[in-house]
Amino acid sequence: MAEEQNKIKVKIDGITVEVDPGTTILNAARKIGGEIVPPAMCYYTNLEGSGGKCRTCLVKVSKGSEADPRPMPKLMASCRTSVMDGMEVQNVTSEEVQSARKGVVEFLLINHPLDCPVCDQAGECDLQDLSYEHGVGQSRYEFEKRTFEPISLGDKIQLHMNRCILCYRCVMVANQLTEKRQHGILYRGEMSEISTYIEQALDHDFIGNVIDVCPVGALTDKTFRFKNRVWFTKPVNAHRNCDKCCGKVTLWYKGEDVLRVTGRKDEFGEVHEFICNTCRFDKKQTADWILEKPTEIASTSVINSNHYTSFNPPAVIAKNEKLQLTNQEQLKRTERLK
Amino acid sequence: MHSLTNLGQRPINHNEFKMSRKLLLKHIDVPGIRSFEVYRQKGGYNAVEKALKEMSSEEVVEQVKTSGLRGRGGAGFPTGLKWSFLAKPEGVPRYLVCNADESEPGTFKDRYLMTHIPHILIEGMIVSSYALGAKTSFIYVRGEMMPQIKILENAIAEAKAAGFLGKNILGTGYDLEIYVQPGGGAYICGEETALLESLEGNRGNPRIKPPFPAVAGLYNCPTVVNNVESIAATVDVINGGGEEYSKVGIGRSTGTKLISASGNINKPGVYEIELGLPVEEFIYSDEYCGGIAGGKQLKAVVAGGSSVPILPANLILKTAEGNPRLMSYESLSEGGFESGTMLGSGGFIVFDEDQCIVRNTLNYTQFYHHESCGQCSPCREGTGWMERVLEKIENGQGSQEHIDMLVEIAGNIEGKTICPLGDAAAWPVASAIRHFREEFEWHVNNPELAIKQNFGIGPYADPLVPVTK
Amino acid sequence: MLNIKENQQQEFSEELLKKFAEIVSRYPEGKQKSALLPLMHLVQAERGWMSTESMDQIAAYLNLEPIEVYEVATFYTMFHLQPVGKYVLDVCKTGPCCLVGAEDLMRHIEDTLGVKAGEVTDDGLFTWRKVECIAACGGGPVLQIGPEYTYYENLTKEKVDALINELRTKANKS
Repeated sequence: MAEEQNKIKVKIDGITVEVDPGTTILNAARKIGGEIVPPAMCYYTNLEGSGGKCRTCLVKVSKGSEADPRPMPKLMASCRTSVMDGMEVQNVTSEEVQSARKGVVEFLLINHPLDCPVCDQAGECDLQDLSYEHGVGQSRYEFEKRTFEPISLGDKIQLHMNRCILCYRCVMVANQLTEKRQHGILYRGEMSEISTYIEQALDHDFIGNVIDVCPVGALTDKTFRFKNRVWFTKPVNAHRNCDKCCGKVTLWYKGEDVLRVTGRKDEFGEVHEFICNTCRFDKKQTADWILEKPTEIASTSVINSNHYTSFNPPAVIAKNEKLQLTNQEQLKRTERLK
Repeated sequence: MHSLTNLGQRPINHNEFKMSRKLLLKHIDVPGIRSFEVYRQKGGYNAVEKALKEMSSEEVVEQVKTSGLRGRGGAGFPTGLKWSFLAKPEGVPRYLVCNADESEPGTFKDRYLMTHIPHILIEGMIVSSYALGAKTSFIYVRGEMMPQIKILENAIAEAKAAGFLGKNILGTGYDLEIYVQPGGGAYICGEETALLESLEGNRGNPRIKPPFPAVAGLYNCPTVVNNVESIAATVDVINGGGEEYSKVGIGRSTGTKLISASGNINKPGVYEIELGLPVEEFIYSDEYCGGIAGGKQLKAVVAGGSSVPILPANLILKTAEGNPRLMSYESLSEGGFESGTMLGSGGFIVFDEDQCIVRNTLNYTQFYHHESCGQCSPCREGTGWMERVLEKIENGQGSQEHIDMLVEIAGNIEGKTICPLGDAAAWPVASAIRHFREEFEWHVNNPELAIKQNFGIGPYADPLVPVTK
Repeated sequence: MLNIKENQQQEFSEELLKKFAEIVSRYPEGKQKSALLPLMHLVQAERGWMSTESMDQIAAYLNLEPIEVYEVATFYTMFHLQPVGKYVLDVCKTGPCCLVGAEDLMRHIEDTLGVKAGEVTDDGLFTWRKVECIAACGGGPVLQIGPEYTYYENLTKEKVDALINELRTKANKS
């Protein structure tokens, strides 16, 4: 009961939700879910200090709190603004917010290459989704787009700086998950770039997570590069006993082949349990894994174009007795659901 | 090295100052005032003695509150109120950081003050640090001001030798060390949280607020960041009392203000004015700018550093209501951005009839583009975009749509960024088009002429007959 | 041809190390990164520019990752990431200076030195850069020269010529 009393009420686009003190507007909105959740390109729950930079999650605080009902004078970054009791927030119901977001999306796109057809991130790109929802068909930017000299980060991670939107998530991964950060943001302003300054391979057990946290196709998996479009692959949750990480992953199948291994993403595209490079890059045999169930993908996602709801075991399982045995439980459950 | 001076601005004429009230620059013409000895002879460090020996730290804060002193760096936030927000958790150090990263185009008063009367800043630092309970304080000086850094370090050493700094100052038991920290060349470090990042040895990326520095500032400890002039002004507040200080000036614009005057005037330089001085007098009086250089006409003024809205002659001299415009926080902002501007940092830039507003706007936009830290999208992407569009217009390749688009881009930056640099970049563009649209359109409609000559004074003619000698 | 001895493999001198230690002592324990900008200024003043080796050495001294130093050095405009002339003329190009002739003056400097902004003269003596406002608008046009960053104000073409000649003579004597 005492805990209940500690909850505070906030109204977002007219919908009231009760959350713990200290919760951000974004997370309160995520608790409600659906259309009223502001998009977030730089905030990442498990990366400390993330957020506030991309400005796509700006919302209007039309009432500060019960105690101080004055509206906040400027639009606020919902990912970095804590809710107050009685706060009222407008997102999709505010024209000002929608117009500001349109402006931010335009800014993010003026220098972003339109190379989605050859970009490995296409189909699971936050910027692609954002532009689809808030962008306009035609660019007003008539100048040459900014380009950077390509640099190599080694044989596992591909950097396409031209696509980067400077969310800083990858820098936070290196800071918070590895002991030695080798890359960072160099130069400043429009010419800021992710780089190592002197060319070197990023080398650390957990550095592969920069791929998962990247909202665009700036950091992609070299071992998956140009292998397939994501919407032709089938994601399956799997795990293994790993001495370095949680070992909980998503395997991306094409037929019987595991083309790619990633961390498991939630409905907002965030990984909560980071995985190690061994799991990501070196375990690409089904035999390395215990399969669980198909990964849940939003029904609106292009990845779900071949959508399926139950565990259709990849062909490889049907052929392999040992694998059938390992996945016995899941197979049984699927049978029951049929 | 030959006749070029490395530190002086221009010869100081004693007569220039006889008419008006001076506080900060009271002793500017005393030979040797840069030294501790002379400064002390002129009553320097009396405020330290008074504060440390006769007053509690709370009383010092109270006096500064009473004085009505407002931040002199640009925002104009009441200094005493800012101080009273400082969190005071047990066992956690508090810091005072002086913002001497003076970089707003048109502003050079802090450099002037630090060059000529460094001890007034040191004295103010001691008084202010005492009020806030800081034991270590920093003066963050932009790296380009190496000569001023040397001057300040020397002044600190002198003050320390005389017992005004270090352990147990004047036997009162109060300890204080002041260090001078150089920047590395970045306008954005004038933003207080970017300054703190820089002081911690990082890139000058502004922090996302809250938390504000008063709660979590330098090294995550409660911190107050004040401009050089604000800190120096506390000396007079303590010497004469907050009540007396509040009688100087006009209304809520109390005290005196250093104005950096530049551009097409007869006497550019730093002037101390009593707030409330008519703008007209400031421009045309021989005591201050001495009128427009070369007998030309006044076209426009940027009154508070490059980021504040530019105003045409008719609106800077008189408000839209027809009242004389005064040099005060309130009068300069009268009419809002429709017809007013801001006192800002007091960087007073004057344009004569031959200056091109489009070219100047392009120049400012290049500045903000160059100085954007790149952290948040609207500023990182928008400043460069505005620059490129302005470049087209200035070079006779623009269109009517470009002018409208500039207004939209500026609108999409303003208020959407992490720090005020976005606003600072957007305002000059928006205000130039607001007040000088004909001139932008002339560039678009006369591309041949636009690359050869300037628009001239147009309808913004100086409504005054210049004062002739 | 750059007439600059790179000489980057050298260790920090005793004198420099003493200055470093004093600077580091200003900050609380564990906050030695605060010393980064002051140290970089000292090293650049001695070595003329900020090579990768110098940055690595500073990183090692302050117990930082090299990338932390690269990030900072590339953010601020005062650090020369490539060799520059013996004298670097930083000429203000911002609004107020342009109102009083900075654009003409920059063209004159370009013609006189025969190099574009950012380049080094053949004799290795001069680099000139266009810099943003250096807070001397009342004395515009203005330039400054490191490592002392002396300000030269109220410039005319004649004053700039005299300054360049003087620096040339000074360099030839030494």
